[in-house]
Amino acid sequence: MSNAIAQQRGLGAMIWDYITTVDHKKIAHLYLVSGGFFFLIGGLEAMIIRIQLMKPDNEFISAGLYNEMITMHGTTMIFLAAMPLIFALMNAVVPLQIGARDVAFPFLNSLGFWLFLFGGLLLNVSWFTGGAPDAGWTNYAPLSTTSAGHGVDYYVMGLQISGAGTLIGGINFLVTIINMRAPGMTYMRMPLFTWTTFITSVLILFAFPALTVGLFLMMFDRMFGSAFFDVTAGGNEIIWEHLFWIFGHPEVYILILPLFGAFSDIISTFSKKRLFGYSAMVFATVLIGFLGFMVWAHHMFTVGLGPIANSIFAVSTMAIAVPTGIKIFNWLFTMWGGSIKMSAAMLWSIAFIPSFTIGGMTGVMLASAAADYQYHDTYFVVGHFHYVIVGGVVFGIFAALHYWWPKMFGKVLNEKLGHLAFWPFFIGFHLTFFIQHFLGLMGMPRRYWTYFEGQSLATGNMISTVGAFLMAIGTLIFLYNIVYTAIKEPQASADPWDGRTLEWSIPSTPPFYNFKQTPLVRGLDPLWIEKMEGRKGVTPAEPLGDIHMPNASVLPFLMSLGLFIAGFGFIYQVDHNAWFIAVAVGMGLTLGSMLTRSLKDDLGYHIHKEDLVEKGDGK
Amino acid sequence: MSHDDVLNPKQMPHDPEKATLEGKNKFIGFWMFLGGETVLFASLFGTYLALVRSTSGENTPEHLFGLELVFIMTMLLLTSSLTSVYAMYHMKNHDFKKMQLWLGITVLLGLGFLGCEIYEFYHYIHEYGFTFRSSAFGSAFYTLVGFHGGHVVFGLSWIVALMIRNQKRGLNLYNAPKFYIASLYWHFIDVVWVFIFTVVYLMGKVG
Repeated sequence: MSNAIAQQRGLGAMIWDYITTVDHKKIAHLYLVSGGFFFLIGGLEAMIIRIQLMKPDNEFISAGLYNEMITMHGTTMIFLAAMPLIFALMNAVVPLQIGARDVAFPFLNSLGFWLFLFGGLLLNVSWFTGGAPDAGWTNYAPLSTTSAGHGVDYYVMGLQISGAGTLIGGINFLVTIINMRAPGMTYMRMPLFTWTTFITSVLILFAFPALTVGLFLMMFDRMFGSAFFDVTAGGNEIIWEHLFWIFGHPEVYILILPLFGAFSDIISTFSKKRLFGYSAMVFATVLIGFLGFMVWAHHMFTVGLGPIANSIFAVSTMAIAVPTGIKIFNWLFTMWGGSIKMSAAMLWSIAFIPSFTIGGMTGVMLASAAADYQYHDTYFVVGHFHYVIVGGVVFGIFAALHYWWPKMFGKVLNEKLGHLAFWPFFIGFHLTFFIQHFLGLMGMPRRYWTYFEGQSLATGNMISTVGAFLMAIGTLIFLYNIVYTAIKEPQASADPWDGRTLEWSIPSTPPFYNFKQTPLVRGLDPLWIEKMEGRKGVTPAEPLGDIHMPNASVLPFLMSLGLFIAGFGFIYQVDHNAWFIAVAVGMGLTLGSMLTRSLKDDLGYHIHKEDLVEKGDGK
Repeated sequence: MSHDDVLNPKQMPHDPEKATLEGKNKFIGFWMFLGGETVLFASLFGTYLALVRSTSGENTPEHLFGLELVFIMTMLLLTSSLTSVYAMYHMKNHDFKKMQLWLGITVLLGLGFLGCEIYEFYHYIHEYGFTFRSSAFGSAFYTLVGFHGGHVVFGLSWIVALMIRNQKRGLNLYNAPKFYIASLYWHFIDVVWVFIFTVVYLMGKVG
């Protein structure tokens, strides 16, 4: 039953252990590895795009393949790389930060992961079965509804499955944070990363169902002959745009907010100061989450919603700059007068502040509805959202990985290599995307396969491509660092950064039950309070007792596999009715597993306190 | 310490569905899930309202809908919500037999509703030639009402599965939360129907 025993039985047992695990720390590993894998695929697609645009009249890839590249680059990076990498961090850190032994729903946690993975795999199978989706990551109708082949069908089914996984993950973290906090951990004592995870989960809960519906309508139109987006039968394509962006705009805050939290924790730790304006940070997070639902139509200024709608959405969009500005200043004030240690994690965090601010500034420019008619669908937009997503999300993921790597894998990533990876990536990032604003202002449209000689776009694009290669080099150095660290670096201590929050009060890596005794939280930055009072660890809130643990289960894997099989059935039943067999088999597997889960009691097991004393690895 | 002792105490607490941490987690988690479901149905309602005038031929809402049948369906479903409240009332009083009885009545009423809905769809398709593919209105109507119908099917299967599974062993702290959230789901289905009744049928007849 114990995970430690299973690990000693070789590779097969280890794989089985990971397939059936419900331990949030192992699920974090799964998310990290698969998210990292998709990040590399998405990065490869980006490189192909940049090589194609390197010079005028280039024919490195065909126009059709280029459409598939840009679609899959965007879709992969958002849904299959950024989201799971964030979920990896949440899984690894949040239960530890609130002093919990696991998440509220360990079984659902595993289900969320497997749904995401099988959805992502389904989407990428399209490369080998006659063409990937090619209607852009936004998949606007009627381009998507009339796209030939099965590419867009893969988009619809893949995102539907992985989206369900994300929704489940969001609910899981909401309940975990509401119900599983250690004694004394009030809401206003939660570390910022936990707070932002909480708000992010709220956004996931209320944003993803809109995508679910949009994808269902798209599925019905493409596979079952309905007429939602078919104008000749009275349909309306704008419905897709609304549903997509009602989901899509909160989605960008879903991506950035957790990293805002990570930056807050990192900057506070490496400045040796309490986070400046903690409560303002919390309320700014809540406000961003709230406003995030009121701005979706700023993606649709040129649709023709009319001046009143455009004005309202322009103003609400600009309003988001206020809480974001509060955050920027609070990070600066946290560092001010602090004893700053320039670790790799801190380096990424400091680089994030100006980079993201530039992205925020162009965001306000884009929010001006009248001016947006000029920017819309140009490289200015591409430059803008890469500044916030790479400059915010990717920098944040790198920072957070450096920061929490010892907690996840028991070793501190090599600092020298960390710095060495940072500089090419940082310089390459600005080289790639800064110039794209100007390319856009000069009239270069996004999503075009190529451009002509003599349009003055050649130099800018060349610079952009050079930058992309530098980013690739930075990424490769980071990957090398992972291997190097695994082989050469020594075991990390429980608290390598002189941390402030609960995750640093237990060993790196933590035992599978996390806390031998649930900690007592006596204020913000609980570990720091104990250190200041001269204690070694955190005061326990309970005597040593039996620990209740959940059982491992293969059902989440089977449920997701079922939907994966059914996905193929839905996609190909258009060609031949026999494919409904796959639908029946897949749905049977999924529903059968769900029924098994409902009917078979799963009570978990107990670790007895005598065993805890013997092992003595609690702390 | 075995689970049976914990889950089958001599004296059941007043709120057996929230007596364990797992129960509390399920309770809150399911409310959250229903929040997400609300957005799901809101999106479907929005789509329906955008496409309700995109009819073809004489198959308009005014022409198609008959309020008599819909009234019966509404009564069946509203009553089934009430009977599921009775079931939960008996759960809190630890009377398992009566809980099963009222859940059984709930299921029968739900099946009655489902029968009416299937008849309604059959009627539209065969008498009027009004299908999922005939117009954008048709697509939106069948999707919205069909999603609700799908929820009814799922809810009924869920309640029946729980009833059969626990028939012999009675109520304990492990299955009480399961019964409770199944009844929450059933209430949610009922609330959605109230909106469908208003937005689709009433507004369709007079709007």
